[in-house]
Amino acid sequence: MRSFATARVLLFALGVIVVASFLPLWVTGYILGLLTIAYYFGVFAMAWDLLFGFAGEVNFGPTFLIGTGAYTAGILDNLYQPPIWVCLVAGALAAVTGGVVLALPALRVRGPYFGLTTLVAVLILQNFIVVAASLTGGEIGLTVPDVISISDTTNYEIALWFMAVSGAILFSLSRSPVGLILQASGQDAVQAGALGFNVTKHKLAAFIISAFFSGLAGALLVFYLGTASVGTLVDITVGVQIIIAAVLGGRRTILGAVLGSVFLIAMSEALRPLGDLSNFVVFAMALIVVLLFPNGLLGMLTGTKEPG
Amino acid sequence: MAAGAHLEVNGLTKRFGGLVAVKEMALGVRAGEILGLIGPNGSGKSTVMKLIMGIERPDAGSVRINGVEVAGWPSHKIARMGAGIVFQHSRPLHRQTVLENIKLALLPDKLTRLFADPQTDARARAIAARVGLSAVLDRRPATLAFADLRKIEIAKAIARDPQVLLLDEPFAGLTAKETAAFSELISELRDDGRAVLLVDHNVKSVARLVDRVLAMYVGERIAEGTADEVMRNETVRRVYLGGSLETAARPESSFRDSTPFLEVDNVSVHYGKAQALENVSIHVHAGEFVSVVGLNGAGKTTLFNAISGFLPYSGDIRREGAALRGQSAAAIARRGIVQCPEGRELFTDMTVRENLDLGGQHLSPVESAGQIGWLFDLFPILRERQKQAAGTLSGGEQQMLTIARALMMKPKLLILDEPTLGLAPVILEQLSKALERLRQTTAITVLLGEQNVTFALPHADRVYVLEHARIVWEGEPASFAAGAGTGYL
Repeated sequence: MRSFATARVLLFALGVIVVASFLPLWVTGYILGLLTIAYYFGVFAMAWDLLFGFAGEVNFGPTFLIGTGAYTAGILDNLYQPPIWVCLVAGALAAVTGGVVLALPALRVRGPYFGLTTLVAVLILQNFIVVAASLTGGEIGLTVPDVISISDTTNYEIALWFMAVSGAILFSLSRSPVGLILQASGQDAVQAGALGFNVTKHKLAAFIISAFFSGLAGALLVFYLGTASVGTLVDITVGVQIIIAAVLGGRRTILGAVLGSVFLIAMSEALRPLGDLSNFVVFAMALIVVLLFPNGLLGMLTGTKEPG
Repeated sequence: MAAGAHLEVNGLTKRFGGLVAVKEMALGVRAGEILGLIGPNGSGKSTVMKLIMGIERPDAGSVRINGVEVAGWPSHKIARMGAGIVFQHSRPLHRQTVLENIKLALLPDKLTRLFADPQTDARARAIAARVGLSAVLDRRPATLAFADLRKIEIAKAIARDPQVLLLDEPFAGLTAKETAAFSELISELRDDGRAVLLVDHNVKSVARLVDRVLAMYVGERIAEGTADEVMRNETVRRVYLGGSLETAARPESSFRDSTPFLEVDNVSVHYGKAQALENVSIHVHAGEFVSVVGLNGAGKTTLFNAISGFLPYSGDIRREGAALRGQSAAAIARRGIVQCPEGRELFTDMTVRENLDLGGQHLSPVESAGQIGWLFDLFPILRERQKQAAGTLSGGEQQMLTIARALMMKPKLLILDEPTLGLAPVILEQLSKALERLRQTTAITVLLGEQNVTFALPHADRVYVLEHARIVWEGEPASFAAGAGTGYL
């Protein structure tokens, strides 16, 4: 019954993706550009939801993983110009390595300290980027010589299908036996341990998977934008936006995170005429949704209520 | 599987800061045997269970499962050695169905298992049938009755086919009928050849089920044998009932108020599905000292929390004839009904003096100083410890500070919830003396909740016995010592 429901959700999502893949026929390049960024943010938010919604760990530093992946890929391209796919793989691997280095000690501490550790990691990365300016471009940002494509449509399709594949993998994982053990570890680590599950091993695995997708998406984003900067990829406020997108979309749903990202980016665009006020309004709306609908947009749409 | 699977514990010791929770504990459970581990609240029996399961790390001692030394291992490894635990509080995954909760326990600890073994479903259904959950397989835990939630816990524990099964108060909160059904299930698990360690508060409730009983008190083993032997054991009787009980009751007729200061009239309280109080009626006269005696889980704290306005209840609670319902907890406390909670709830980083000053917030500085002086006479040790952080005090000193802080509010009625929790006998005596002085030198009214009868009876004018959410006995302390005590053990 469960696997049937999973298949149905994936099939429905596939339908939406296929429709979305025809969007370039109707909308302007400008809107395609916005959606491209929204899709990469969707991957960031889905990867974050796997950690928070399932493993129960609040990672305040999604941008540590994203930034590590993005800057590794960008710097590699700048220095040696290998094929872009080499840079992407290197970025993803760097994010995983950084994630393990961070998570191994952080998972040993309990309660809010995991979150604080991840927060500090972002600050360290940010400072490193500024200090090592000759390598990273510092505060000005890093410009990469290559981009994947200059066509809006191609970039859009790459982002869309990358998001679709990432989402399918993360969603299936969350519904698999491993996802169930992760949820148990997140909700009650003592009991999960007493049932014979190595809680640290499962949480570490979740962190690695989250890091892989964050890093890869970060690297792809660099080769779409042609630049990497602290303000767009690493800053704490970027991390907060990702978290808001995931919670807004509906935590513990994985797919809701995409909805949240598209909503956030669409709203800030629609409210652009308000100028500086627009961010204020977007965040206020996000706050209202989170307070009134703790299950997020996806919960609102499907009418699911979460007990407890 | 292997015959003779068993649990062996030796010299097990656990300290929490300065407190020795478990001291040199030794016990053994053979395959096909149920050992009842009993002791009053705070005696360390749950800690023993956590140490065996690896949820807490022992400071010293050995735990052997099937002859393998597992002390200090993480709990998932101990679980794989064949130990399973049923927690007292049910903690299911709320978004999953009952069936999925059971399946969870059947999954291997592998990251590569992305699809469940096809046999998992059939095995989960078989386990559900065994514990009696077949009818509710597709429901979410939140929609289930209390007893069914407990069954999920048992189902999860036996899903891993443990050779050593630890049960933490499996009957708490269950009705008599449910208890009988659970006892049946537990004896079946023993007959499968498992070694079962069952923790409970008293011998009475488990006497028919267990093969042997081991009694604990303040972290140490005090008796072991058959249920009958342990019930007859002198030390056990003294711990539960006190040696020779001295009582100094004033007859109820000596209190001349026509309307009692506090009346609890037919009060019932539910926690979700569990009934915590059932039609409880008690009264306390102004100046009277009333003890409510009952084991942990009987409903004492619930009763006090209802009086203090922390809980919704049905029935009536009246102070001097006027209903308390509708008043906030803060208002009830300000007007003089002050509770010393079981957990003490001191501000551990503040000094003794600061804790007392905080209690005297609403008093004028002169009044406050006077009150503190009086309290230092009542508890001389607090005067010496004035500048020490409350967290560094011993358990007994903390308890005195809790009472002193409550007295800073100049209460008309002081509610003491289990002040003896986890305290050594010598400290009990000091506390006892302070209470006696309080009773003789002031007009204060006291409502005391205790499972330690030795402590509860000497000061009491009247006694209520609370058992399974109901008042089952009311009378004078002397007649309690004579009669009701036997049933209490």
